[in-house]
Order: sequence, then C-alpha cells, then structure tokens
Amino acid sequence: MRSRDILLPSGAALVLAMIAGAAIAQPTPMTITPEMVAAAKKEGKIVYYTAVDVKVAEQIAKAFEAKYPGVSVQVERSGAERVFQRIGQEYSSKIYNVDVVNSSDAAHFVHWKREGWLAPVLPDDVAKHYAPAYRDPDGLFAAWRITLSPIAYNTKLVKPEEAPKSFADLLDPKWAGKIVKAHPGYSGTILTATFQIARDIGWPYLEKLALQRVMQVQSATDPPNKVVSGERPIMSDGTEYNALLLKASGAPIEIVYPTEGTPLVVGPSGVMKNAPNPNAARLFQIWSFTAEAQQQMVDIGALRSAHPMVKEPAGRKPLSEIKLMKDDPVEVDKQVEEIKARYTRNFKT
Amino acid sequence: MTTETLATENAGRRAGRIGGIDLSLPVLAATAAFLALLIGLPMGWLAYYAVTDRAGAPTLVNFTTLASDPAFTEPLVTTLILCVSVAVAAAAVASPIAWLVARTDLPARRTIRVLMTASFVTPPFLGAIAWEILAAPNSGILNRWWRDLSGSADPLFDIYTLPGLAFVISCYTAPYVFVLVANALDRIPADLEDAAGILGAGRWRTAVTVTVPLVTPAILAGALIAFLQAMTLFGSPAILALPAGFHTVTTKIFSFFQYPPRPQLAAAAALPLLAVTVLLLTAQARLLGRRGYTVVGGKSGEPRRLALGRLKVPALALVLGVLSLPLMLPYAALLKAAVSSFPGAPFVIENLTWKHVNFVFVEFSQTRKAFWNTLVLALGTATLGTVLALVIAYLTARRAIAGSRILEFLATAPVAIPGIVLGVGLFLSYTRPPLALYGTLWILLLAFLTIELPIAFQQLRSSFRAVHPELEEASRILGAGRLKTLARITAPLLKSGVVAAWCFIFIGVVRELSAAIMLFTANTKVLSVVIYDLNESGDLGAIAVLGTVMLLITFAVVGFANWISGVGSGVRLRGG
Repeated sequence: MRSRDILLPSGAALVLAMIAGAAIAQPTPMTITPEMVAAAKKEGKIVYYTAVDVKVAEQIAKAFEAKYPGVSVQVERSGAERVFQRIGQEYSSKIYNVDVVNSSDAAHFVHWKREGWLAPVLPDDVAKHYAPAYRDPDGLFAAWRITLSPIAYNTKLVKPEEAPKSFADLLDPKWAGKIVKAHPGYSGTILTATFQIARDIGWPYLEKLALQRVMQVQSATDPPNKVVSGERPIMSDGTEYNALLLKASGAPIEIVYPTEGTPLVVGPSGVMKNAPNPNAARLFQIWSFTAEAQQQMVDIGALRSAHPMVKEPAGRKPLSEIKLMKDDPVEVDKQVEEIKARYTRNFKT
Repeated sequence: MTTETLATENAGRRAGRIGGIDLSLPVLAATAAFLALLIGLPMGWLAYYAVTDRAGAPTLVNFTTLASDPAFTEPLVTTLILCVSVAVAAAAVASPIAWLVARTDLPARRTIRVLMTASFVTPPFLGAIAWEILAAPNSGILNRWWRDLSGSADPLFDIYTLPGLAFVISCYTAPYVFVLVANALDRIPADLEDAAGILGAGRWRTAVTVTVPLVTPAILAGALIAFLQAMTLFGSPAILALPAGFHTVTTKIFSFFQYPPRPQLAAAAALPLLAVTVLLLTAQARLLGRRGYTVVGGKSGEPRRLALGRLKVPALALVLGVLSLPLMLPYAALLKAAVSSFPGAPFVIENLTWKHVNFVFVEFSQTRKAFWNTLVLALGTATLGTVLALVIAYLTARRAIAGSRILEFLATAPVAIPGIVLGVGLFLSYTRPPLALYGTLWILLLAFLTIELPIAFQQLRSSFRAVHPELEEASRILGAGRLKTLARITAPLLKSGVVAAWCFIFIGVVRELSAAIMLFTANTKVLSVVIYDLNESGDLGAIAVLGTVMLLITFAVVGFANWISGVGSGVRLRGG
C-alpha cells in the first residue's frame, strides 16, 4: 500500500453513506457541558460492552471515573463476535443493558446502523479532527482505537535472523506445531484479519496454515500470552498492543510486521439508542475521543489512535511506517458467515 | 390403626395410606406439576426446535444434516470414548480410596475426606486451566521439569489431547464416586461382616465377598455419574479440546449458538446425548432393580475397620499422591500464576507481582457483582432444591402413591440434559411472555435448580432407602402420627443426607458454567462465566486470584453447613 493511503485505509465510510440511502443530516458536534456532567452523575453509571483487553478497558474506565467522580463504568469485556451475539440476544428479548459499545469488528456497526440501534452522538473531537475514513458520516460511531494483528515470536526460542518475515514464511515446515493463532468466531480482530488475509493473500495460504498443526486459542489478546509463556514460539495473528504491553513488562516477545502487509483493525465505538444511561453514555463517548483520553489509551493500552493530535510513545514504530492491509467493513459484513464457515472447515474448530 | 392393617399391606405402599386422610395426593400432584413445568417447558421447546426449520415448518433435515456431517459425527465418537474412559478411571481410582477411608485404619482419614471435598469443590474448568499451566506440552511446568531432568525434547504429557482431557475430567469427577461409595461403606453395619467372620471367612475374604458386593450399586451409580458428567461438561473440553483442534458434543452445540445462531441444529444435536443417558439409566435400574440394599436397620452396629498393618504408610502415600492431581499440583500452579508478572515467567523475585490481586479487587468491575450473584444463586438454589428433593425422595422412596414413578423419572431426567442444552431450552422458554425471566437471576435459579435436582434427589432417595421402614413402623406402632414420626425418627436419621444434598447443590451451582454461559446478561454474571471469559483472553493471573478466593468461600460455606448440622451428633464432613 502506498503511503498516501495510510490515513485513508478504506473508502468504507463513503460507501456506508451511500448504502445508508438518504443519510440524515449530520448531527451537531457535541462538547462536554456542566449540564451533561450533572445529568450523567444523576444516572451514576455506564455499562460499557467492549472487546478491548479487559485490563486496558478497566484502566480506561478508571481514568474516566477519576475525571468524572460519581459516574462508575461497568466493563463487560468479551470477544467482539461474542459481544455482537450478546447484544443481538439481549435486544431480541428487549433487554437494554448496554450504553456504549466498542467492537474490533467494524462490520458490526454496519449491522447495528442498519438495524437502527445506534444513537447519533458526534464528539467534537471527531468532527474536528478525524479523517472521514474513521467516522460515520451520520455521527453514529467513530474509530475509538486502531489495532494491528502482526506476527510475533519468542525471543528466547527464536533467533531474530530465523524469525519469519512474512505470512508465507509461516508455511515453512520448520514451524509445524510451533504456531498459535486466535479464532475469528470469537475475535473481531481475527475475523477482520482473516478477511484481509484471504482477500490479499488468498484462502490457499490459510488452508496450508491449517496443516501446520496450529494451536487454536480464542481471543486475539491470547496469542501473545502463549508466545511469552513459550507454549508456542510464534503467533500468526493476535493483537499488537498485548504484545507491546508484554514486551514492556519484560517478557521475551518481538513483533514482526509481515512483508505482505499487516491486517488493520479499526475498532469503532458508539452509543446505543436504547442506552439505559443516555447522558452518562454521551459523556463517556465524547470524553473517550478527546485528545487527552486518546493519548491515555495509547499510553496505557499501547493501542493506536486515529486522533491526529495523539503522540506515539518513543520506541513504538509509527503507523505511517508500517505497511498495512486495507479495511473494508461493508464487505466483511457481507461475507461474515462464509468466512466463519470456511475457517471452521479448514481449522476444524 | 393397628399393626394388623400394617401387616396386611404391601410394605412399600404403607406410608401414604395410613391415617385415613391421604395428604400425599395433593402434594404429589403439585410437585409433579411443578417438575413437569420446570423440565417439560424447556424440553418441549427444544423438541419443537429439533423437528422444525427456521421458518417453523416440520422437518427432519436437522437430523440428516448432523448425521451426514463428519464435523458432528466425529465429536460424537470422541465424546463416547471420553465418557467411557472417565467412568472407568474415576470408579477405578475413587472406589479403593473410599474403601481405605471408610473401612480401614488408614491414618488421616478425616483429612482425606476434607481434601476430597476440596477437589469436589474445585470447578472442573478451573482445574482444566490449572492443568494447562502444569502440562501444556511446551510451557507446562511439569513438562519443563521433565525436559530438564531427562534431556528429552518431547513432553512427558500433553494436556491438549483426548487422554489429557479425560485425565482432567476424571480428576474432578472421581469425588462423586468417592462420596457415593464412602457413604455406602459407612452404612454397612458390622453384623453382616461379623456373620461372615463367624462362618470362617478371613478379614480380606469378608471384605471381598461381603463388603464389595454391598457397595457395587454405589460404585455403578458413581461410574454412571462420572460418565454423564464427562458427557455434559462444557468448560473442560472448551479449554483443552479446542486448542488441540477437536470438538466434543457440548463444544459443538455451543458453536451452533455463535453468530449466526442455529438453535435447530443444537436441539437436534442434544438428542443423542439424551438417548444415551436414558439407555444407561434404564440399564442401571435393571441391574439394581430387584435387589434390596437396605442396610440401616434397627439393630446395626458400628462398622468395623480393617487393620492395614505394614501397608498403612504406602496406602497413605498412594492416596495423597492421587489427591495431588486434582488439588496440590493445580493449586500450586494457580498460586504461582497469581503472583507471576507474565504467563510462564520464571519463578524468581523480580517476576513476582501483586498486580493480579490488585486487578481483581481494585480495578475489575465484575468482581463484586459476580461474587454476589454467585452466592445468592448458590444459597437460594441449595435451599429450594433440598426441600424439593426431600419431598420427591420421600414420596418415591416410600412409594407413597402409585404415580411416584413419574416423579422419580422427572427428578432424574435432567441428568440427561447437558447444561448447555438446558440453557438453550430455558432461553427459548423464558424470553417470551408470560414469564420473561431472561435478564434476571430467576432464569439462572431455574436452570441450576433443574441441573442440581437429580443429584440431590439421588442422595436423599438413597438416604431414605437406607433407613428401613421398620424404624418408622416402630414409631407408628408406639402411637406417633405420621408427621411426628417424620420429624422424630426419619428426619434425624436423614440429617447427614440432607446436609450432603444441600452442599451438593451449593457446590454444583458454584461450579456450573454450561447453562450459565447461555443465560447470563451483563447484570447477572456469575463467577464461572467471568473466569471462563478471562480464560478466553488468556488472563491467567486474574483467573488464579478469582479461582482461589472462590474455592475458599465455597469451602467455608460447606464447612459451616457441616459444622452447624454436626454439632452434637458428630456428622463428618463428607464429600459434599
């Protein structure tokens, strides 16, 4: 991919606008007002369904609670595909628990938008600073985080010069039985990555990878754990931020951005129309897109931000220097059943 | 009433008809109606889904789809192999230990019973996670030691295999066999063994020819429970089989509910499990049906203990060695994970951390709610379930009335229903009016009540059966009424059984994952679901902290229940 595309990884948002038909007028950007904070405190809490790593999510929640004492955040963390299933299951029974949702499968927001389940909340920062590719034109959601799904290896078990440089390298017989990967039936990051890899490299790669006796875990946050514990020296997919966090804690892990390109996972957040705590939900949503909160997310969670004012910490490879695959939530939304079915056929779980 | 009328009646029918007014009928009818609704409603919806398509039209296509799909038939075969292995292993290991504890002078018997309770209290999914830390092929602590010691490149034991899964499930189902066999052995009076002795049999010969046959039904019942546990467990296979790339029936059924959900296939997939269970229960009834195993009569003496002599120490070592598998090793592994800065970190001072403890008790917003929900549900289900099981056990054990066989069937039927399937059935039943219970703790209560009823019922029925009606008859002959007899004679004799049933349910609820995972919502999460969630994202440290606290709380409650009931009568802490 050429560098000019990097901040515009897809025309998804534009396509979204088109398929949404007659788009409603763009809502007015919202800022945090004392009245909003007072109303949020009256509600006292928000319920936050998220697919981000639970320790990161709780720290973000604590940062919010410190900023707005009196509003507590209940973090409900699971894999994005589970979160999606859960919301569907709860909504079909008219149970409205969730206020704000963050998914690592942007296609979910295509679905929820179609269902009319999202409330328009356009944070001021999003309106002012976010590139169109990272926000919904109708103000229903925006990219709260960007996650990558690179390769990584255990530095105690694999020498840097022997480490795989590309996805194709993973098919070398010497890595048979040495690879761990996460599951697209559970993880939105992996579903998105599987879509992009299948599109750019092709299903035959995945079919051959399945013959490498991979260890199959569920969450994209788990492969880095299995790499540092030495259970498998290589991960073929998994979250970059968990690998970075583990590396920072002294664990023996190194990231490889594959030569074919690294899957790019845009993780939007949105407020539900039936949110039980609508004011607190709006407050949380607007706050979480401020430069301050986005910087905290990058510093605490080692995630990537779409906010141009956020500084990458020293020593972290900037997004602009990494060859990225292109995201395409509209196409993922169409292919989701097929991707899952085909994956299950090949990987047997 | 007179002894004459008693004598003329069939002994089994007595209790219900005495006294002119028959209260049994309304009680029976009410209980039967409640049970029928409790079990019939979810099962009815499941049956309906199994034979309809997405549009609701009748069809058999769900069955043909499954039967022709190796992705379903392979897990079915895997599951059967798993169940047989677990049943044999659990019975073979737990029965001798039960005998050693109940009938010999093995040292530290009381401690061993307590330890057995602890391994029973340990949820199988927690054990599975701990065994990942111990015996994952590359990072497993035991395999690392083995490599260092032997210089071998291969692991000693790979937990991510079918034998590995069977081993872990056996570890946590063996206590069922132990409890049943040990309690049966406790009840065998000395006079039967004395008789053998008088007739010239030696102590060992007596043990083999008299004692063992008397506990055979308990061993069979235990093996059957182990089989059914292995068949219906969800957590352990989800944790150990999926990384290895194979499914069991329960993990397959769960996968049918991932988006896009296919409840029709799940319902159809549940039927083979149901069929196997019904077959096994029928076989068990045939095997045991005609024999009488009433062992507590009015004239029994204390059980006699066999002196082990020189075998004392080896026997104790063997028992403790076996107990280290479900207990000492896993908890050591969990404690290490609780203080390690990252998974598999070498156990040195710079890698020690309090961050997981801090995370669980300070940062994690699920902790308090999950503990609260779990405790409320466990206490509520245990109390309600014990009362319900007591009523059913009385009505059926004393054959109070002709329809009691139906009650017996209804109270046993849930063992045939994997928790995950029941979860689905309940979800289908209680997400619509008039009882829209989904999203409340009530739906979980109903699920747990249904799941735990069979074991509580079995426990209390066997308690009733062990108490010969002659004791009640004696009381009645001496002029006490039926209720007075129940209160003065039957209830005290049953006390340990009632406490055991209550504890069984309490522990069962804390351990339960497979139904809960289908039925929870954000505000009704229980500990098992929280731990399972954490496992899927690989947060071992948090799991270790939560799991340890969970065990301590459960153990405290069970210990308290036993202590309360045991004051003055010396009831020992049994396996439940």
